[in-house]
Amino acid sequence: MSATVEVRIPTILRPFTKEQKLVSATGADLSAVIADLDAQYPGLADRLLENGALRRFINIYVNDEDVRFIGSLTAQLKSGDSITILPAVAGG
Amino acid sequence: MSAATGLRIPQAMADAILSQARAEYPNEACGVIIGRNGNAERLKPMFNAAASPTFYEFDPKDLLALYREVDDNDEEIIVIYHSHTETEAYPSRTDISYAGEPGAHYVLVSTREEIAPATEFRSFRIIDGVVTEEPVEFIA
Repeated sequence: MSATVEVRIPTILRPFTKEQKLVSATGADLSAVIADLDAQYPGLADRLLENGALRRFINIYVNDEDVRFIGSLTAQLKSGDSITILPAVAGG
Repeated sequence: MSAATGLRIPQAMADAILSQARAEYPNEACGVIIGRNGNAERLKPMFNAAASPTFYEFDPKDLLALYREVDDNDEEIIVIYHSHTETEAYPSRTDISYAGEPGAHYVLVSTREEIAPATEFRSFRIIDGVVTEEPVEFIA
């Protein structure tokens, strides 16, 4: 069942969304939502995915849950869910 | 965010960052400074989930809580800092590739032995993979 979700976009990715920090997307799971985001904002998927999987240093949350614990790209979504994308704060 | 004139930071916050770096040695220490209108208002050390002498990472759960808190308070992240335990206080290739907050001042401190007891405290902007060092003004 395709869900309509809100997606919070971090500053560094806002050039893709014309500076919008909150956008809407549809999809039954995270993979579909990312595909929909890329259709609306070309190039965005490449910043989130590498070789078909979520990039290691991008954190994505559905409501309060890190998607790594709820299936990553297969995380199931429902309408009204809030997705937050946050680049990792990391370094060496 | 601040204009391109560097970082203004209370001396007490800089001292606290250096103390934290020494206390967490041999692992890298890390954290943020939060404020409004480009002003450094509060220091928030963060747990280094990597617990490594050569890597730091904010735990993803802590990261979400941090951004929620900053958002709720209408604040912004002014500084993201971490320590280099054995190398100079200059962004590494890893630091550059993971710098995901273009508006932040990236502060590096070093506790490397060859300069002890002196320490280094330096600030940089890291935007689109380009590192620009900036002057630091320590205020009362």
